[in-house]
Amino acid sequence: MVIVMGMEGSANKVGVGIIKDGEVLSNPRKTYITPPGEGFQPAETARHHQGVIIELVDKAIKEAKIKPEELDVICYTKGPGMGAPLVVVAIVARTLAQLWNKPIIGVNHCIGHIEMGRAITGAQNPTVLYVSGGNTQIIAYANKRYRIFGETIDIAVGNCLDRFARILKLSNDPSPGYNIEQMAKKGKKLLQLPYVVKGMDVSFSGLLSFIEERYNSLKKQYTPEDLCFSLQETVFAMLVETTERAMAHTGSQEVLVVGGVGCNERLQKMLEQMCLERNAKCFATDERFCIDNGAMIAQAGLEMFNAGVRTPWEETFCTQRYRTDDVEAVWRTD
Amino acid sequence: MDSNVNHASAVTVNQQLFKQGAEARLFTGSFFGRKTIVKERFSKKYRHPELDERLTKERMRAELKGLMRCKNIGIWTPAVYFVGSKSNTVHMELLENVDTVNIYIGKLLMGCVDGSCDVQCTNKLKQLAEEVGITVGKMHLAGIIHGDLTTSNILIDTTNVENESTKPKLALIDFGLSHVDNSAEDKGVDLYVLERALTSTFSNIPWFFDIVLTSYRGTYTSGGEEVFKKLEEIRLRGRKRTMIG
Ligand SMILES: Nc1ncnc2c1ncn2[C@@H]1O[C@H](COP(=O)(O)OP(=O)(O)OP(=O)(O)O)[C@@H](O)[C@H]1O
Ligand SMILES: Nc1ncnc2c1ncn2[C@@H]1O[C@H](COP(=O)(O)OP(=O)(O)OP(=O)(O)O)[C@@H](O)[C@H]1O
Ligand SMILES: [Mg+2]
Ligand SMILES: [Mg+2]
Repeated sequence: MVIVMGMEGSANKVGVGIIKDGEVLSNPRKTYITPPGEGFQPAETARHHQGVIIELVDKAIKEAKIKPEELDVICYTKGPGMGAPLVVVAIVARTLAQLWNKPIIGVNHCIGHIEMGRAITGAQNPTVLYVSGGNTQIIAYANKRYRIFGETIDIAVGNCLDRFARILKLSNDPSPGYNIEQMAKKGKKLLQLPYVVKGMDVSFSGLLSFIEERYNSLKKQYTPEDLCFSLQETVFAMLVETTERAMAHTGSQEVLVVGGVGCNERLQKMLEQMCLERNAKCFATDERFCIDNGAMIAQAGLEMFNAGVRTPWEETFCTQRYRTDDVEAVWRTD
Repeated sequence: MDSNVNHASAVTVNQQLFKQGAEARLFTGSFFGRKTIVKERFSKKYRHPELDERLTKERMRAELKGLMRCKNIGIWTPAVYFVGSKSNTVHMELLENVDTVNIYIGKLLMGCVDGSCDVQCTNKLKQLAEEVGITVGKMHLAGIIHGDLTTSNILIDTTNVENESTKPKLALIDFGLSHVDNSAEDKGVDLYVLERALTSTFSNIPWFFDIVLTSYRGTYTSGGEEVFKKLEEIRLRGRKRTMIG
């Protein structure tokens, strides 16, 4: 029996999760919410995380009904993400590891999303669509690595949604993407937007500037609901199309969607429909596990721990750039 | 066209699916005695009907133009026989005895222990990489952007591949995302797509794409260098992305 604590804070969410073998015992999280029209900046975000992380650790331990002595290992997000917030979490993880005399493992954030998704859904060897505020990647496993088949060549899809929400001055609570999703449900009229796919890659910056430049005239013909609807229909179609192309290329029959944008129900519906048409299976999770959280770092850490991985003390730093395919997936035996 | 010919039997499509691509179903058939591939772009239920219709029409048009333009500059592509604009089908020449380059490389590597190639296999791969570079170089020189330049969309004639002295013969297909553009940017993205299709599937032959690039620059002497610089910039974009701003 292995009990793992995972700590995450690479962007505006900070969370601590405890996992016992495959079971999530606790997973509390807090989000730094900025006013409508504003994004989150590294220094303020780090300060927010500093203020709440200790209470999150307490809460995670209480809810899990364990004692710190029972932990086998402490895991934290090594990257990628924003520097200052990453450092806050790493420092607390290092301190706790020293204090409780536990081994420590630095985890790649993207791998955390993938392993959490696999654990919750039971998907075996899926093509992974990883969509969040900082990343948009289409990933498949081969030869001990998660390999990137497609990705955005400019901004991430979540970043595109968040910046669009800022133009419309939508609330950032609980997240811009969530509020776009609710508005889109009432949208009817489809605005023709730039649709850019290149092989298995996508691009969103042209679409975003298209809206930015024309917003004042567009809002006379389209309601905010119509604009949210049009944005979702267009960017999600791009994601589903490139995912399908990757599946056709690799011959894969499973899709798993992870990352914050992955909890969008319209996106999940579209993926399911695509899978239905090619006799494939679609796997998704809800916001508890899609949006950044501590348990996902614990789950990837658990796999690594069981495979014998430990991070030497000198290497327990963070790194803002850390590619999914930089990690050797030693725990995967297939 | 001969008016005495009965169209119903002159143009046939077999019911059995030949291949399911990402955006189309492919069937075999015949057109006035010639073997055909019928590529049908079916509507995608997951996307909004207006968007679906717009994309399908755009891609039908792009496919026909791309195939024709490449044929005109001497790149091997299937001949187009017939276009069903209501049914969104293209009836084109069936290329026989071909493998996708994706499958072909896989077969070559399968014959090698631990994925490390013997001399013969290495030579074949080198020849292939050179020919890929030449073909893409020619296409870009003419200002044609493929738009989905993966190893599934390059076919190799397998009739003569055993013979070491003949160069591999390559065809390009699947032009639905193609367009004409002379910017280094779009050409760079074409190369980037190809590079990742190669490295993500065949991580143990990283030199393959280097040879592609060398022969690409050798073929496309007027602009290859600039595209190469762009490619390096595009590669970095993937690594430097930030979520702020
Ligand atoms: N229901 C939803 N529909 C669409 N987007 C959503 C929804 N809920 C959250 N999002 C978006 O998800 C993104 C946040 O994703 P997530 O929490 O996985 O990671 P992140 O902070 O972007 O980090 P990283 O990129 O490192 O994974 C934001 O862009 C947010 O707007
Ligand atoms: N003219 C042809 N002759 C022989 N085989 C062909 C021909 N056209 C297509 N194919 C085969 O069918 C497969 C799918 O065709 P194509 O790439 O045109 O479809 P698609 O749906 O656009 O695919 P993608 O998944 O790349 O978008 C090709 O990879 C190739 O193996
Ligand atoms: Mg995330
Ligand atoms: Mg194809």
